[in-house]
Amino acid sequence: MNSGANSDLLTRRAHAPRHSMFLRMLLRAAVLRRGRAAAALSAMVVAAAVTTAMLNLYADVQAKLHTEFRNYGANVVVVAKEGQSLPNDALQKIESVLGDRGMAVPFAYVVARTADGQPVVVSGTDLERVRKLNRWWSVTAWPSGAQDALVGARAAALVAPQGQAFDLSFQGRIVHLNPAGTVRTGSSEDSRIYLSLTEFEDWTGVQPSTVEVAASGTPEEIGTTVKKLALALPEADVRPVRQIMEGEARVLGKTRATLLVCAVLIILTAAMCVLSTLMGWVFDRRRDFAIMKALGASEKLIGGFFVTEAAALGAVGAVLGFGIGVGIATWIGRVNFHAAVAPRFAVLPEVLVGSIAVALLSALLPMSLLRRVQPATILRGE
Amino acid sequence: MFLRLVYESFRRQKRRKLLAGIAITLGVGVATAMIAVATDIGDKVSRELRALGANLVVTPQEDTLDLQIAGVDLKPPSDGAYLNEADLPKIRGMFWHNNIVGFVPVLPVPVNLGGGKNVTLVGTYFSRQLKFGKEDFETGVRTIYPWWKVSGTWPQDNSQDVLLGERLAVSLGRKAKDEIEIGGQAHRVAGVLSTGGVEDDQIIAPLAVAQDILGRPGAVRRLYVSALTKPEDAFGRRDPKTLAGAEFDRWYCSPYVQSIAYQLQEVIPHSHAEQIRQVAQNEGTVLSRIKGLMLLITLAALMAAALAVSAAMATAIFERRGEVGLMKALGASSVAVAAVFFAEALLLAVLGGSVGFAGGAMLARAIGRSIFDSQITIDLVLFPIIIAIAVLVTFAGSALAIRRAMKFDPVLALRGEA
Repeated sequence: MNSGANSDLLTRRAHAPRHSMFLRMLLRAAVLRRGRAAAALSAMVVAAAVTTAMLNLYADVQAKLHTEFRNYGANVVVVAKEGQSLPNDALQKIESVLGDRGMAVPFAYVVARTADGQPVVVSGTDLERVRKLNRWWSVTAWPSGAQDALVGARAAALVAPQGQAFDLSFQGRIVHLNPAGTVRTGSSEDSRIYLSLTEFEDWTGVQPSTVEVAASGTPEEIGTTVKKLALALPEADVRPVRQIMEGEARVLGKTRATLLVCAVLIILTAAMCVLSTLMGWVFDRRRDFAIMKALGASEKLIGGFFVTEAAALGAVGAVLGFGIGVGIATWIGRVNFHAAVAPRFAVLPEVLVGSIAVALLSALLPMSLLRRVQPATILRGE
Repeated sequence: MFLRLVYESFRRQKRRKLLAGIAITLGVGVATAMIAVATDIGDKVSRELRALGANLVVTPQEDTLDLQIAGVDLKPPSDGAYLNEADLPKIRGMFWHNNIVGFVPVLPVPVNLGGGKNVTLVGTYFSRQLKFGKEDFETGVRTIYPWWKVSGTWPQDNSQDVLLGERLAVSLGRKAKDEIEIGGQAHRVAGVLSTGGVEDDQIIAPLAVAQDILGRPGAVRRLYVSALTKPEDAFGRRDPKTLAGAEFDRWYCSPYVQSIAYQLQEVIPHSHAEQIRQVAQNEGTVLSRIKGLMLLITLAALMAAALAVSAAMATAIFERRGEVGLMKALGASSVAVAAVFFAEALLLAVLGGSVGFAGGAMLARAIGRSIFDSQITIDLVLFPIIIAIAVLVTFAGSALAIRRAMKFDPVLALRGEA
């Protein structure tokens, strides 16, 4: 009983002081040389921040550019197969497939005649959605009331040169329309007249034959959406718009590749900065090293001391730097893309491990140099 | 004595000098490469964006309305006006001709394939050799529509061969190398075309074939032009008629999509050129986003490089407090000591900077070649600027360390009680 308690105390004595001595040396080293320690830590923080920001941007740039490319409009088109028409619930089906990951706009077309017998293409559509889908349309005023039409710039010169109301006829049925505004796009829309779908259907009785879809996501996700749409609508042709998809993939791929190279370069530079600062810090303390050695500390203990110190520095720097880096990435996202870059915590372990590795490397390099030197030489100041 | 000090310092402290030198070389190299890439990225991405097709369309001035639904041209061929094919090579003579990536004329003609099946045949250039003055050049859909894929072969522009759209080929039951009768004449199907657009339901033929069917040699319905442009701004949107003198010249000599359209109208008689807003408008936003991103990243890179260089310099000098102490003990003035260090820093910056600049230029070229398949050349004007910045950053990094080294009591420094 007694001897047991005694040996317990002995073990505690044997461990505890050494343990606390180790911690005290670490803390005192940081406090006493706070100028140099702060310099080393700030180098670490800057490097980790820059690395975090670059990794976050690299991971997020794809999503950001996908959003930009959605301004090009539809990337999938659903049309009735030859000799068939789209079912009445086609739009509902498409929307249920898309969920909140895209937008679908129906279009119906007929060739109508103007009062003096000229043919003109008239389209019925959901104008509210067209406005969101095709942002590049340059429109003077969007129709709002009943019998308001959006007239293509070239069609306007034909049907309503002075902006007056006009009549159109389709299969003997005449409709009276007000040109609310004109649209200019530089392609076939300029020769068309757009109406709201309900008015168009009341007048012509023709159902939508085309649904333009802007599906969001990566090329793989859009591919899945196309497959799902084809399954849901067997009577229709679902075509990805290759012009948009391939252009997008190309620009995106090249941008990401450039960004990756830049990220590697910047991270390398940041690591270099840390390396030179930390090496200087450790080298600078060769006297501590020599004194410890002269007092009989083992190589292992001294090595452990510097390694722990470097690892602690790396870890603290990485965590602080991560926070700042996320801030930088968010700021760049806000300034450049007008949308914040969502912080990715998956990057944290990478930054942490990388920082500690660089810190250890910069501690071990001077250590191996110092190990070869006799303590007496260092203490003599040579 | 001064020179000997500097020389001996380089000779005896190779390790320290090497470390600082590497930091400067790396920093300058990264900075050079990043600046080169960032200044060129707009041009490169703008070229990549041309993969989205033409951004300008030229139509006859007195044209009637298009009657096009889902790729089927319902406009009677007798209707409307035409452009003259002979005018097209003049595009190479306009002010911004180097910015024209390519152009294609189109001539849609309705044809009857027998059995009451009406389809649209579009005459165009595939990869046509043209001559303007003494200059030879090539243009056609293969240049400006990179997403067009052909199984089989592309027809020659001077042949009677045609391409069948993918869906049309399926519904007709034809494939590459078959024959097809169009308007009573047999044509060879060179290949099947897949575009994911309206062309999949059409026949694409050399322009001359379409002109023969229509019976109008030299006729072109529309001309699509793919041009490298500068993102539009408020000045670009101004109406050229309201601009006078120098302002007009500035507008005319900027590659805005509007000014290129204006020049196209000048070289092609009786024409109306307009931007295809879907392509032209969005190009500007995508371009400015990527350029902005690169600019911000370049700033980050420059900052990191500057920090790395100054950290290395500070370390290198701080290690030499003993020397400072010795020099001061021997009676050297602060100015003399600082001069030695600054001379060393200058030498390091110029040497490391030159090597770094060369390395960075090579890196930029490699990036350009491997990512964009084209050169990123670096302007030699940048060389003195970058060296000056390198010297400045090196001095700034050294200054603080030198000041601190100098404040140190020589006695303490010499006793080694750092």
